[in-house]
Amino acid sequence: MGRIVGGIGLSHVPSIGPVVDRGRTQEPAWKPLFDAYVPVREWLAGIKPEVAIVVYNDHGADFTFDKYPTFALGVAERYAIGDEGFGTRPLPEVTGDAELSTHLAHSLIHEHEFDLTLCQELAVEHGFLVPMNLCFPHTAGGWPVRAIPLAVNVIEHPLPTARRCYRLGQALRDAVSSYPQDTKVVVMGTGGMSHQLQGRRFGYLNEKFDQWFLDQLEAEPEGLARITHQEIMEQAGAEAVELIMWLTMRGAVARQARRVHRHYYAPMTTGMGLITFEG
Amino acid sequence: MGQQLTGPIKDTTVFDLRLARRGQRLNRMCAALCSAQERDAFKRDAEAFMSRFGLSEAERELIRRRDFQGLIEAGTNIYFLLKIGSVTGSGLYRMGAQMRGESYEQFLATRNIRGAT
Repeated sequence: MGRIVGGIGLSHVPSIGPVVDRGRTQEPAWKPLFDAYVPVREWLAGIKPEVAIVVYNDHGADFTFDKYPTFALGVAERYAIGDEGFGTRPLPEVTGDAELSTHLAHSLIHEHEFDLTLCQELAVEHGFLVPMNLCFPHTAGGWPVRAIPLAVNVIEHPLPTARRCYRLGQALRDAVSSYPQDTKVVVMGTGGMSHQLQGRRFGYLNEKFDQWFLDQLEAEPEGLARITHQEIMEQAGAEAVELIMWLTMRGAVARQARRVHRHYYAPMTTGMGLITFEG
Repeated sequence: MGQQLTGPIKDTTVFDLRLARRGQRLNRMCAALCSAQERDAFKRDAEAFMSRFGLSEAERELIRRRDFQGLIEAGTNIYFLLKIGSVTGSGLYRMGAQMRGESYEQFLATRNIRGAT
């Protein structure tokens, strides 16, 4: 049967993309970030996931406010590399897992009664691609895992609650567990951590909040899931509401999952966090 | 509104449906910039581009003046504003410095590791 073998919480800062594309990952300002992912990729090579479910937000690459879904699940066999206004990165298209997506859609909508927008076509952008670059680097032949995008509205209020995102993660765990094939899955919760990109508070960071969030995510996710958008925005910056997607990842791994890696680096305008769970 | 949004936050704009309605023309124009051809069209003739999206005179003036904070308050979502920034040669950090009321150098001096750009 399907099995969630790990969960990763990580930032998807867009400036990481060009750094990867231009081979700048060993520059002094960037090396601390990229070094942190070396043990993560070694760990992933050991647990051998076949599919990554990537929980992220579309930053106006494929969705506009004409129709902006609260939760959107990719159900396609492949996903194109999107252009979000800065050009199309030279990356191979993403291979999906339409069978698993279909099973997830049925389970989430019928058994767990979540309301999903189902996407037969979805162009993926930095929210999805930066985590893939960091955890599952591509080769000329493509990406080493199949991937399923799960896009969450965290940019136009009203957003789903943190608790709803956590429950979605728990439902995802159940849905993967009932999949009749022995597919190993990793769930990635992306975005954050503290940051604000507008107004006089542009550049706001709060490492204390971010470290607390990492503590709670590991030890007390149910309590953390009660955090409100107001609380996140006040303490961590308006754009930090992306952190509710980390709760989807946390809900998808076992309550007693072992935390394996933890890292934090905040050079510019985002607290770049990293946390991994096994089992 | 429930307890998810309980009040204004200092120096912060919360992008909700009211603001989305206000900024509908601006956000639609920015969304078009996801196409390389449309980015070229904007660079060739920004006035004609803005006309296509029916921007009001006040909205056009904000674009002309590169008034990023003004555009935020006029209902442009930050992630859509970044697309305008890109075609006008203003990356995220330059836009941010302006919104903070600082020069680019002043802003960079407030960062932990300014080389991570």
